[in-house]
Amino acid sequence: MTEISLNIDGENVTAEEGTTILQACGGKSGDIPTLCYGDTITPKNACRLCMVEVEGSRTLVPACSRPVEPDMVVKTRSDRVDHARKMVLEFLGSSVDLSLTENVTEWNAEYGADPERYGDAAATVTQPVKVDNDLYVRDYSKCILCYQCVDACGEQWQNSFVIEIAGRGFESHVSTENDVALTDSACVYCGNCIQVCPTGALIPTSEYEMRAAGTWDEDAQETTNTICAFCGVGCGLTLHVQDNTIVKVTSPEDNAITHGNLCIKGRFGFTHVQDGRTIPPTADPEAHP
Amino acid sequence: MDLKTRGVPATDEERAAIELVLGPAPARDMHDARGGHEFRSRRHLLLPTLNAVNDRVGWISQQAIDHIAERLDASPAEIYGVATFYALFATEARPPRQVHVCVDLACRAFGGVTEADLPADAHPSPCLGMCEQAPAMLVIDSGNPAQRVAIGGITADQIGAATSGDRIEPPTRSPAEFVPQAGDPDLVLLRRAGSGDPLDIEAYVEDGGLAALAQAIDFGPAKIIAAVEASGLLGRGGAAFPTARKWEAVRTQETMPHHLVCNADESEPGTFKDRTLMENDPFALLESMIIAAIATGCQYGWIYLRGEYPSVEATLTSAIETFRRSGLLGPQKGFDITLVRGAGAYICGEETAIFNSIEGYRGEPRNKPPFPFEVGLFGQPTVVNNVETMMNIPSIMLGRTESNRRLFCLSGAVVNPGVYEVELGLTLAELIDMAGGLRDGSQLQAVLLGGAAGRFVGPDSLDLVLTHEATRDAGLSLGSGVVMVLDQTVDLVDQVRRIAAFFRDESCGQCVPCRVGTVRQEEVIERLASGIRDGQLELLEDIGKAMTDASICGLGQTAHGAIESAIVTLGVFGDD
Ligand SMILES: Cc1cc2nc3c(=O)[nH]c(=O)nc-3n(C[C@H](O)[C@H](O)[C@H](O)COP(=O)(O)O)c2cc1C
Ligand code: SF4
Ligand code: SF4
Ligand code: SF4
Ligand code: FES
Repeated sequence: MTEISLNIDGENVTAEEGTTILQACGGKSGDIPTLCYGDTITPKNACRLCMVEVEGSRTLVPACSRPVEPDMVVKTRSDRVDHARKMVLEFLGSSVDLSLTENVTEWNAEYGADPERYGDAAATVTQPVKVDNDLYVRDYSKCILCYQCVDACGEQWQNSFVIEIAGRGFESHVSTENDVALTDSACVYCGNCIQVCPTGALIPTSEYEMRAAGTWDEDAQETTNTICAFCGVGCGLTLHVQDNTIVKVTSPEDNAITHGNLCIKGRFGFTHVQDGRTIPPTADPEAHP
Repeated sequence: MDLKTRGVPATDEERAAIELVLGPAPARDMHDARGGHEFRSRRHLLLPTLNAVNDRVGWISQQAIDHIAERLDASPAEIYGVATFYALFATEARPPRQVHVCVDLACRAFGGVTEADLPADAHPSPCLGMCEQAPAMLVIDSGNPAQRVAIGGITADQIGAATSGDRIEPPTRSPAEFVPQAGDPDLVLLRRAGSGDPLDIEAYVEDGGLAALAQAIDFGPAKIIAAVEASGLLGRGGAAFPTARKWEAVRTQETMPHHLVCNADESEPGTFKDRTLMENDPFALLESMIIAAIATGCQYGWIYLRGEYPSVEATLTSAIETFRRSGLLGPQKGFDITLVRGAGAYICGEETAIFNSIEGYRGEPRNKPPFPFEVGLFGQPTVVNNVETMMNIPSIMLGRTESNRRLFCLSGAVVNPGVYEVELGLTLAELIDMAGGLRDGSQLQAVLLGGAAGRFVGPDSLDLVLTHEATRDAGLSLGSGVVMVLDQTVDLVDQVRRIAAFFRDESCGQCVPCRVGTVRQEEVIERLASGIRDGQLELLEDIGKAMTDASICGLGQTAHGAIESAIVTLGVFGDD
């Protein structure tokens, strides 16, 4: 690997050839804000929140996907950069429900974004929640069209191609064929789309129902990493436990083999753990040493 | 991949349309493995297949989607995603007759209709590329075969008759009718306009056709590119990129094969020059492409033609056939040309969206870098050139040393609208004079230069010299050669509203600044148009700056330019 030297915010840094500006900046998504970027999916650079200035470029460039080049001069903050970020936050904030998206309040404050200034008549993507199966819920009023679920379901991970972008422009949306219910699609309920969704548009039914009942309390949750016991593959699991009950299962994205992916059993097959907690009636314990 | 379909068989009509493109479904019994690489390698036939079904049945049903999915081993969701990208397709049942009436800039201002006064069962259409014949409509009768007719100079009565299902006679105009200079011996690009049947190959050869090809074969790649370079040819598709540099970059790529894409998507509102060229001299385009292929080592040629040009499709199909029969094209020659018909999407003219569209994916622009010369169509080194750019090649092979002629599309309030071929260096006033000057009683209010992606100028710009340099210095661009002349009768606020609607409609939806920005821009324009002023101009400026600076492609990046010029240069909304 060749090392490349470049200048970021006045500082000379080196980065490996093929890395992106975002990676060269050190943080996963620390200094430069990102929304559509996820650690396990090839960057689509669709949200344009991570825009930075690169000397010699007519327009701003997306830090999440632009590879570093020798002697590149990058500015991660400037009036142009800040303006673009503010507007992206306003565009999304005024059209999408970002209430479950992390960091948005802080970023709005930092960049002076005011999604309210587009008025009540501003077009939004608000629509009814799709509840068509027992395992997870799709609330596309919260969808920023980051394409991550599409890529996770399709060629990058699951290879099922159940959900795609349909329509065009502001009408673009994530959809099954002809908007059929998931139960009529080829969905295998791996939930890998849920794993990558950054906005809470896709959430497990367990979480959805607790949120609706007002009992979902992340502060009261503990996470425990373990190994899925269903088969011999040994995927990593993260159990999210609230009040001594598993409320959700995710998978560590930094696992070199599974990258956060699971199958239906690992992701949703956790209820037996607690259903079985009432000690089953047994015969004479002595008989089974 | 596990395909899941509904098991509802496609209708006979749907099946026949699908088989027209994909051939008969391979017979197989229950134990056959389905799909696989062989099926998937035909994904580029998806757009032609969707066009075939839409042509024959009028819309694309769920069982048709399922059946296509089985034939291409792609998921039905993917097929649905592609089908819903294009404006000319429908995934809901509709009557066999579709009337697409142009509601775009030239038509709405000069005798046409707006969305508001369109009959309920007609579809509003973006610019049909017939502005010199404004107003225009496209009538499609699905069936076997489908009849697709584009008609200019229409009246409200004709629209009414079309929507009520009356028979539509294809117009019998000659392709040179709107080439006011036809026959002028000085013409280079349009030299064959009006010289009889453009599909007569013998007449073409007699008229000097194929001499450039012979010369090019003699030259070989290096000398061809040197000649193009010396001529200073710049791309005519809008971005004015040096053609020789693009060619050299592809020529030197070691990865094989190379692809050559001729961009005939021509959807920039106000543009109709490429249609005029293709209608009048289709063989010259093919000859140019063969020369380009020799220069750049391309094995595969593609012409991506917008779906709204049925007569050009017929002309090109026949011309390609003739060239194949004459042994000029075909696999045995090492170079062949495939004609791909679009289906209503301005964005597919963008040089990487065109790849996705041809490959059978949604016509969304790709991330650059990598650039097309390295990673283009099917991931291979690719040349993309505009039709007019290509048409410059033969004369350069035959000794023209300077590429200083270009086409302008004059529409609106001039006496003789049409395509004009001029030597660069004319002023705007001189060009308008060439078109017979302003119509009787017309006073110049504004000119739209370069289309919706261009800018408006006022009467004080009549002395503007129409060269790349002079327009660039004035913060303008020749773009695709649009010169739309607007007189005092034109409602400029209405034009601005239409431009905002156009970009909102045509955004592919991939990136936030454009997907949401074009919507917010239109909302502000509507508020301004209804007299609400406070803070709106600043808000609009904020929106425009973000679209221009942070969008992925040229669509979002130019979606504010014309509107900004209307406000700043023409003062359509006062000065706040
Ligand atoms: C939204 C958009 C639409 C475009 N449409 C066309 C088109 O219809 N025809 C065309 O030749 N170029 C079009 N272009 C320009 C192409 O991207 C590309 O620059 C051009 O085809 C290159 O050919 P040239 O170098 O011969 O001009 C479009 C660009 C954008 C951003
Ligand atoms: S659960 Fe799995 S198969 Fe189903 S849509 Fe999500 S990623 Fe695709
Ligand atoms: S549903 Fe979630 S993952 Fe999918 S595109 Fe929307 S925001 Fe992204
Ligand atoms: S700028 Fe517009 S058309 Fe271009 S990629 Fe973004 S959304 Fe699509
Ligand atoms: S054909 Fe109607 S505006 Fe161009």
